[in-house]
Amino acid sequence: MAYKTIVEDNIDLLVAGAGLGGTGAAFEARFWGKDKKIVIAEKANIDRSGAVAQGLYAINCYMGTRFGENNPEDHVRYARMDLMGMVREDLLFDMARHVDSTVHQFEDWGMPIMKNQETGAYLREGRWQIMIHGESYKPMVAEAAKKSADKVFNRICVTHLLMDESQENRVAGAVGFNVRTGNYHVFKSKTVVVGAGGASNIYKPRSVGEGAGRVWYAPWSSGSAYGLMIEAGAKMTQMENKIVLARFKDGYGPVGAYFLHLKTYTQNCDGEEYESKWFPELTKMVGKEYLDTENQHFSHKPIPTCLRNHAFINEVNSGKGPIHMVTMEAFQDPHLEEIGWHNFLGMTVGQAVLWASNDVDPKHENPELTTSEPYVMGSHATGCGAWCSGPEDVSPDEYFWGYNRMTTVHGLFGCGDAVGGTPHAFSSGSFTEGRLAAKAAIQYINDGKAEGITVTSAQIDKRREEIYKPMETYKVYRNHITAGSVNPYYINPRQGLDRLQKMMDEYCGGVTVSYMTNEKLLNIGLKKLGVLADDWDGGIAAEDIHELLRAWELKHRILTSESVMQHTLFRKETRWPGYYYRGDHMKLDDNEWHVLTVSRRDPDTGKYTMEKAPLYHLIGEEDEK
Amino acid sequence: MPTFVKMTRCDGCGECVDICPSDIMHIDKTIRRAYNIEPNMCWECYSCVKACPHNAIDVRGYADFTPLGSSVRVHRDEEKGIIAWRIIFRNGKKDMELIAPITTKPWGTGIPDLNSASEPSSEMRDSHLLYNEPKYIRMDEGGLHTLESNKLVMKEGVYY
Repeated sequence: MAYKTIVEDNIDLLVAGAGLGGTGAAFEARFWGKDKKIVIAEKANIDRSGAVAQGLYAINCYMGTRFGENNPEDHVRYARMDLMGMVREDLLFDMARHVDSTVHQFEDWGMPIMKNQETGAYLREGRWQIMIHGESYKPMVAEAAKKSADKVFNRICVTHLLMDESQENRVAGAVGFNVRTGNYHVFKSKTVVVGAGGASNIYKPRSVGEGAGRVWYAPWSSGSAYGLMIEAGAKMTQMENKIVLARFKDGYGPVGAYFLHLKTYTQNCDGEEYESKWFPELTKMVGKEYLDTENQHFSHKPIPTCLRNHAFINEVNSGKGPIHMVTMEAFQDPHLEEIGWHNFLGMTVGQAVLWASNDVDPKHENPELTTSEPYVMGSHATGCGAWCSGPEDVSPDEYFWGYNRMTTVHGLFGCGDAVGGTPHAFSSGSFTEGRLAAKAAIQYINDGKAEGITVTSAQIDKRREEIYKPMETYKVYRNHITAGSVNPYYINPRQGLDRLQKMMDEYCGGVTVSYMTNEKLLNIGLKKLGVLADDWDGGIAAEDIHELLRAWELKHRILTSESVMQHTLFRKETRWPGYYYRGDHMKLDDNEWHVLTVSRRDPDTGKYTMEKAPLYHLIGEEDEK
Repeated sequence: MPTFVKMTRCDGCGECVDICPSDIMHIDKTIRRAYNIEPNMCWECYSCVKACPHNAIDVRGYADFTPLGSSVRVHRDEEKGIIAWRIIFRNGKKDMELIAPITTKPWGTGIPDLNSASEPSSEMRDSHLLYNEPKYIRMDEGGLHTLESNKLVMKEGVYY
């Protein structure tokens, strides 16, 4: 093929994927590495890429220490409780102690942050959330990243990381192709910060027609954070901790501002509160330590997101659906009504269109809610991602190997969705993690850890051949048939994605089985997934460069899904009822499973090894009580 | 609601192609105008709608669950620093205009260039501080939170 090979050499820090995490990394790297070469490779255009492409109406992670509101450890306790104990508290504490400085800078940069007129503090939506007019959030952080970076390569689909051939388990850059020109791009770099995204669309979505695009997490979040790192042999953690969201039906519009700021609430088809009736049985499943409805109110511990989902799912399955959001009271106040609409326009325009087209006026009608298909990501109320080192002054030995946010591959760092065990980072926390990773990566270079990296042309040529193979496959076999998409020698990326979504849905706890799975189902699922991976390797076809992009996104989704299945199989308990259920182990089991799950896929054999990692908690006087 | 492009307004300039996060706005080679090549990968994020200099792009709700006939239009203005929306219901009974700020400063002027920031000291490099810290953490003289300062320890075991 005539595509050019374009080599960018001598890079110090390569950002692979520049959403909120990646832009944070690029921005901060310049401060610590004045003389360093900083390069961004991004699948789309960094002005509107990643999960925040259409904007945000809230910053969901802000301590407010400046206003005497919260300390970092308060946020750690909250995230710990919300995730049923399973978080990396060192990483969370570290993120939380820096996140306010990120937000204060955003305000300097021109971010319209709403103020509480009485106190002068930022306007709180909830304990951790502040309200913003964030339509231009992404262009703003992109601007900061562009000022810091030496070069920004937009429209590069990064397919693989490059590995050092002189020292084992050390990163050497990345490769990919330009989704417009088709050219092959090689980035030789001393360090790589993976800022790529988590995964939507690995589970069959509730809407399978055009509406398949209206997934909760962006359709372009192709699990590349995980695909890239898993393929390079980085250890992953908590990949079983997928998330299910209770959201406005079909449009998946956000509910945070509705619950917290507008004070709307949910009820079943008969207009009844329904959560509390499911809690006594649920307490028996998870234990009183995690759900104590009598005392929860007094202890100020929130009811975990998954457990509220559990009540929702059970109420619907008992025939009491739909669940409604009661908006008719709040929306009588014109100011609150306006906020309700702005909230969608600022971050999920589709929900506004949906209501407008269905004549749903929440002032006169309580809209329906639903629970979504599962997603795999690491910055919302879920903590999938790579097993990363924490900071030296906080992390115990098992969590520390030299450089903050470095994965188990030397020189390979993560931020945002890429880092495991750090839920509730959201946009501001992801940007902050990018900053932390960048500082550590520059330090790693300055310490001489990236000396003598070797990448042979054999490695570069091998990847080039792999990348374009789907187009070769198409060319070779296309004319075997007259026309159409049915070919005995290949499948196209959409057909592969449909197969993946169906098997994840049916075997790994998707919506059509009410999030239920078990060991037998998972083993069948893994077998089928292995065959899909083989079909991908031998028979995925791309008609053009755009389909080649979809083919590689599918590859990353398959790698992510395999990890999710392996982790789900490994953890023999139901830790997060409402996210998923292990039908063969329906109870939470703190004796055996109060641990973090850690996996590694051998890059040569593809074989998985699983282990349990100890769970450390951040303990202060308040916790000892 | 996937996007569509109006034949008489599009001049094929490619602004939408350049901005679409999903790589689905492409130029049709025959008519030399933009169109959405993959509606089921459209997040209806409106990035292309906002970027189109000719107001040629609009959205028709996803066919799975969105009836025809409503309208959500937008105009984003960096110079004025605002975004203006108009929502019209299918039955025509509700017609809302909503305006929000997108920046508090002339566009782009508030963002620093760290190439010209002063070189961090070796002491700062060895610390856990980031750019602009500790000042920006609390906007006062307070330092970074540590386990010691907050009287915390990391303990293995089962805690809730």
